[in-house]
Amino acid sequence: MSGRSSAERVALAAQNERVMAVFEGAGFDHIAPDILQPADIFLERSGEDIRANSYVFTDPEGAEMCLRPDLTVPACRYHLMHAARPDSEARYCYCGPAFRFTQGGRAPSEFGQAGIEWLAAPDSEASEAKVLALTIAAVKAAGLRRFRVKLGDLHLFHALLDGLDMPERWRRRLIHQFWRPQAFRETLARFAAREELSRTSISLFVDQVMNKDAKGTQGWLESEFERRGLAPVAGRSAEDIAARLADKAADRSAHPLAPEAVHAINAYLAIEGDAASALRQLETVARSETYREALARYRRRIEAMRTEGLRPEDFFFAAPFGRNLEYYTGFVFQIEADAALGPLQVAGGGRYDDLLSDIGSPVPVSAVGCAIGTEQLLAAMGGRS
Amino acid sequence: MTALVLGIPSKGRLMEATEALLGKAGFTLTRNGSDRLYRGRLGGIDGIDVAFLSASEIATSLKEGKIDLGVTGEDLLRETLRPEDDRVDVLERLSFGFANVVVAVPEAWLDVARMSDLDEVSESFYKRHGRRLRVATKYLNLTRRFFANKGVTGYRIVESLGATEGAPAAGTAEAIVDITTTGSTLTANHLKILDDGVILESQAVLALKAQLDGDQRVAALRAGLSRALAKP
Repeated sequence: MSGRSSAERVALAAQNERVMAVFEGAGFDHIAPDILQPADIFLERSGEDIRANSYVFTDPEGAEMCLRPDLTVPACRYHLMHAARPDSEARYCYCGPAFRFTQGGRAPSEFGQAGIEWLAAPDSEASEAKVLALTIAAVKAAGLRRFRVKLGDLHLFHALLDGLDMPERWRRRLIHQFWRPQAFRETLARFAAREELSRTSISLFVDQVMNKDAKGTQGWLESEFERRGLAPVAGRSAEDIAARLADKAADRSAHPLAPEAVHAINAYLAIEGDAASALRQLETVARSETYREALARYRRRIEAMRTEGLRPEDFFFAAPFGRNLEYYTGFVFQIEADAALGPLQVAGGGRYDDLLSDIGSPVPVSAVGCAIGTEQLLAAMGGRS
Repeated sequence: MTALVLGIPSKGRLMEATEALLGKAGFTLTRNGSDRLYRGRLGGIDGIDVAFLSASEIATSLKEGKIDLGVTGEDLLRETLRPEDDRVDVLERLSFGFANVVVAVPEAWLDVARMSDLDEVSESFYKRHGRRLRVATKYLNLTRRFFANKGVTGYRIVESLGATEGAPAAGTAEAIVDITTTGSTLTANHLKILDDGVILESQAVLALKAQLDGDQRVAALRAGLSRALAKP
């Protein structure tokens, strides 16, 4: 980017004003979270990957700081510092710059985000539908006419797994791998296979603890440590190590994942269609209680959308959608404009119930929000970004 | 024609081995009189000046285009250049300076064999301690690329500028990424290399600016080095 001309600046400011008027008009408090943020909170939450695309630097006193890569975390930090209690209901909106490094300058490193965050809303599905409705109203107020809405629901997938018969640690593995389709398929195939896993340098240790109980495993580990002059170091206790060895031993003797369970997962991931008719497909995949509860929430969300005057028939639902997005734990959505050069993502949002705990809230706080890429939105309507 | 600048390691085993190989190829290194530490000439080919630099400076100078050719470790070159960077090419692998860049964890982690184990451990580590598993290394980019490729994301890098192998015992990191020739330093520090934890099998390389691929002086240098490398 090489700055904006006065005409470009005025066009962007005028657009953002129309967007923010929608949010403010709906009762969202217009705040200005800090641009400069402690890097720690982003690095601890997202791991090392975020450093590769964030502007992280050291201040003169040696503290690691960063330019905010988005406004969601800064808005949530603002909440934790200002709200009476972490789980007090709050509705915020914001508009300002965010900064991300892209190798080779594939995307602008400085870009605007206008968005809302609704924390501790009393009614989950109603607040999700409201956030979606406001996002659509905001891009329309900005002048966007042709766009598509994509929906997903990550909670449904978790509920599906919860209802299938498998060891809890397998469930955790599948959820952990969900956002990487290739690794996910491999993990699923491994759990479904009957053949022996390939041997590794620790297979001998697993052999040793087969058929031992927790205490026996612990005892074996301690004697092995003593024999080899080892001591637990670096933040992992002998108990941690023994527990994982026991898990590995249990994996060997566990029954493989039933073909019906594999089928249910694959059938679920193949579902797509308009958000109303997708419901009928979703109903056929599984019958467990947790899954039925999650479906009831989906149904309530569809109804809430109608209450907001939206037409779910016009939205596209895909079961795997959102698997690659950070933060989100449930409902997810994306708005794509039909721009001259092809589809352009102008907004995205969804539910992220873990974030506030991750950044220090002592109690869980539910959260749903959205962010509009202000330059993308302007570009989608033919304005220069 | 302006002379090409060839960067050569200014000290240690890499310098000795480079000098020996060049000698074997018939190119004698002479150091210039007044600044004999920093500049020299290569006998046997006209138009190649020599700059004596540290191995890591050679990698950076190649990237920045400050020198035309350079002998350095492949580890440093890969660390300095992005994989898609096409400004610098490796002309010749030099068959010395062999060493591996590896991921190593405490030997006491009897439950960890592969990168996928490290991934699992890092997830539960975060849940248990509320902080990320730390990896001590000087290879920030190689580590990030390799870990991302293996799907390991829940970790943090602690930059280490020396004695990396001591970090787990000192409690400043849980795992390390380091360079090793025989692995004996790792063993002495009760560390083990993961089964699939070899990031790079490195050796000394002659690298150059990509646009010099057709240069006659480069061709002469390469021909000489190939002959020397083929000799027993």
